[in-house]
Amino acid sequence: MELTLAISSSPIIGLNHYLVLAAFIFVCGLLSMMLKRNAIGILMGVELILNAANINLVAFNRFSYAYSPDHKPMLDGQVFAIFVIVLAAAEAAVALAIFLNYYNNFNTIDVERAQTLKG
Amino acid sequence: MNSIASILALSVDAQTVPAVLFYLFAGISAASALGVVLSRNIVRTAVCLLFTLVGVAGLYFLLESEFLAAVQLVVYVGGTLILIVFGVMLTSKSPFSRFEPKAGEVVVAIAACIILFAALVMAIRSADFRPQTLDTTQKYPVVALGQALLGDYLVPFELASVVLLVVMIGAAYLAKSRKRDDKRAVARGAATLSQKARQWS
Amino acid sequence: MSILNALTPHPVLAAAADWQKTFFEIVSGRPPLVWEQVTASVALIAMVFVPSVLLLAMFSIWWERKVCAHMQSRPGPNRVGPIGLLQSLADGIKLILKEDLTPAAADRVLFRLAPYLSFAPVFAAFLALPFGPNLTFEPKLNAGVFWILAVLSVEVMGVILAGWSSNNKWAIYGAMREACQMVSYEIPLGLSIIIGVMAAGTLNLVELGHLQGGGIHTWIVFKNPFVFCAFFVYFIASLASNKRAPFDLPESESELVAGFHTEYSGMRFAFFFFAEYAAMFIVGSIQTALFLGGWNDPFGIIGHYYSQWIGDPAAHRNSLIVLNLIAIAIFITKALGIVFVQMWIRWTLPRPRIDQVLYVCVKVLIPAACVLLLGAALWELLVPSWHQAGLIDNPLPWFHYNPRSWSDWARGGATTSLVVQVILALIGVSIVSAIALWVGYAFITRRTVKQRLTDPDPIPEPA
Repeated sequence: MELTLAISSSPIIGLNHYLVLAAFIFVCGLLSMMLKRNAIGILMGVELILNAANINLVAFNRFSYAYSPDHKPMLDGQVFAIFVIVLAAAEAAVALAIFLNYYNNFNTIDVERAQTLKG
Repeated sequence: MNSIASILALSVDAQTVPAVLFYLFAGISAASALGVVLSRNIVRTAVCLLFTLVGVAGLYFLLESEFLAAVQLVVYVGGTLILIVFGVMLTSKSPFSRFEPKAGEVVVAIAACIILFAALVMAIRSADFRPQTLDTTQKYPVVALGQALLGDYLVPFELASVVLLVVMIGAAYLAKSRKRDDKRAVARGAATLSQKARQWS
Repeated sequence: MSILNALTPHPVLAAAADWQKTFFEIVSGRPPLVWEQVTASVALIAMVFVPSVLLLAMFSIWWERKVCAHMQSRPGPNRVGPIGLLQSLADGIKLILKEDLTPAAADRVLFRLAPYLSFAPVFAAFLALPFGPNLTFEPKLNAGVFWILAVLSVEVMGVILAGWSSNNKWAIYGAMREACQMVSYEIPLGLSIIIGVMAAGTLNLVELGHLQGGGIHTWIVFKNPFVFCAFFVYFIASLASNKRAPFDLPESESELVAGFHTEYSGMRFAFFFFAEYAAMFIVGSIQTALFLGGWNDPFGIIGHYYSQWIGDPAAHRNSLIVLNLIAIAIFITKALGIVFVQMWIRWTLPRPRIDQVLYVCVKVLIPAACVLLLGAALWELLVPSWHQAGLIDNPLPWFHYNPRSWSDWARGGATTSLVVQVILALIGVSIVSAIALWVGYAFITRRTVKQRLTDPDPIPEPA
């Protein structure tokens, strides 16, 4: 309901639309991190959250900080988003290597089974 | 013919096209993000994530950052997602594996997330971000992005490349270690076999 | 910009500001309204792009069968229509009428989704191709080359899903091979494109076309020796990322039945087929647009007349339309020429093992591409060029300078690169003409199929 309110209040697509969408994707990512027990499912939740953050960065860049006072294009948000994408790829590679090792040791990808250190 | 043209001219103005496209891409990415949460089958979850990523690439396009949209498609869809699908294929024993969370966990998680979402939306609505007046005719030149990456952001750029190198080596080592043990075991086995063969001969 | 002060203006320089005009503006003489643009885009996609993509794919399928048949001394399809031209249409009708099977153990939703996932990106890539000076669907795409590459990299998801959801071990082997191959060959592919883009100085496909309008020596493949080598790296990597032989391990029929599309039948199978042939055309088009001069002829005639006419589009409306049509024909001919080389290689070379394919990528192509990238960067740094003389970054031939005049190049300080470009162009032309002469000689001295079948004499041994 909040979503429709936010949209109907302004006819032109502006910053708020992007922010609400990013919030929704963020919440979806958080939810799938909480609910999935498959380690790769959790990784996908992380990717959703990173994407939500990226939408925010690019939208703020476009709508609030597009030009410096002397009318030069400012690209800080986009540059940050590129770094986030690159680091997300690196993070996925390491996480998957860890998951493969985990699978080799426990013979499952269910994160709840890793309890050999449990007292 | 003229009446159709005039109706179209009235209904399709400069604001409509980006608005329609925004709702299209936002709908795709929001619906498939929900699909990531709801889907139980891990490969279908990956497909939902694919559509979210493509939808977000479309949104970047609307935000006048084509280069970022292309990066999103190349790196996220063509790289990260394929890595993830690889992981899924290598780690699932039954073809379509499922893991169920407990009912209590589901209720708590959903409640917490709804509250969080409501809080975020209220915060967004009450905040005053002061948008700049936009010059829609001017596009971001890709050249400026390249100059920013190799100028102001040179140190993070180089650091990112070092991180990538470290990750490449680390991931290769982590994923390979088990296999090396196997090789050693095989080598040990071969050594004992040849010893025995020598004894017998 | 500052070139105006540094160079005495070329007679046509006044038009330099609006070298980028849409076809609509040329026909109607004014920029389109928003609704006209929307309607025109929708109509173009539905009525021009969809049929022409299908037509091109069908033509390429027929052509491939003809090429392979002639290489194996048989006539190939020759029953349906003149010289078998309608064979693909007949095959298409047959495929539509076939039963659309889904294996019982398959994941139904994903199984049905996969062919569309692999076809849609190829189609999206078509929308960015520059067919002529005013014939680009989205001319203001600043990251055009990179965008096509990005869209094509989505295609692999369809293949992986097809293999996975079929629940068939051959299919999954094919899908895994495809994923390995695509992900690793994207690196040399991207690097070689970057080398070309570095020499050109722009990612915009329309600007790339105009940059190469001054005749064969201004084509980017001849800009410097490193780009010349990168051209071949790109070609090899594009073969692999398109899963064409000799890199067709994902569907190698001697090992994996049909690879990832083993379980597909009917129209869904046809979608994979269309996607493959359309992707062949697209990688050929990228090569044409980035390296081989795009829509321009080797003598710079199109660029010359375009620069003269675009200054007053109202007076030269019909000439510009004709020029665009000639440009589209040249572009498609060049791209189909590259597709022909892809087919030629497919029916000539044997298939290596998958580890050899990955060896070629990781230990040969990636290091080679990195060395070329370094060399191209040093070339840009050390060899004097227009922008080092304080002139504008990308001087367009005919608009900003006369590509045939030595004095213009000398004024821009780019004589060294001009000499290198001319030498490389001569080398390229001589390679192509040597191959053409060889093929022509073989064609003239050939024996017809009938002669080969009925001639009792063995082929004489060379002395």
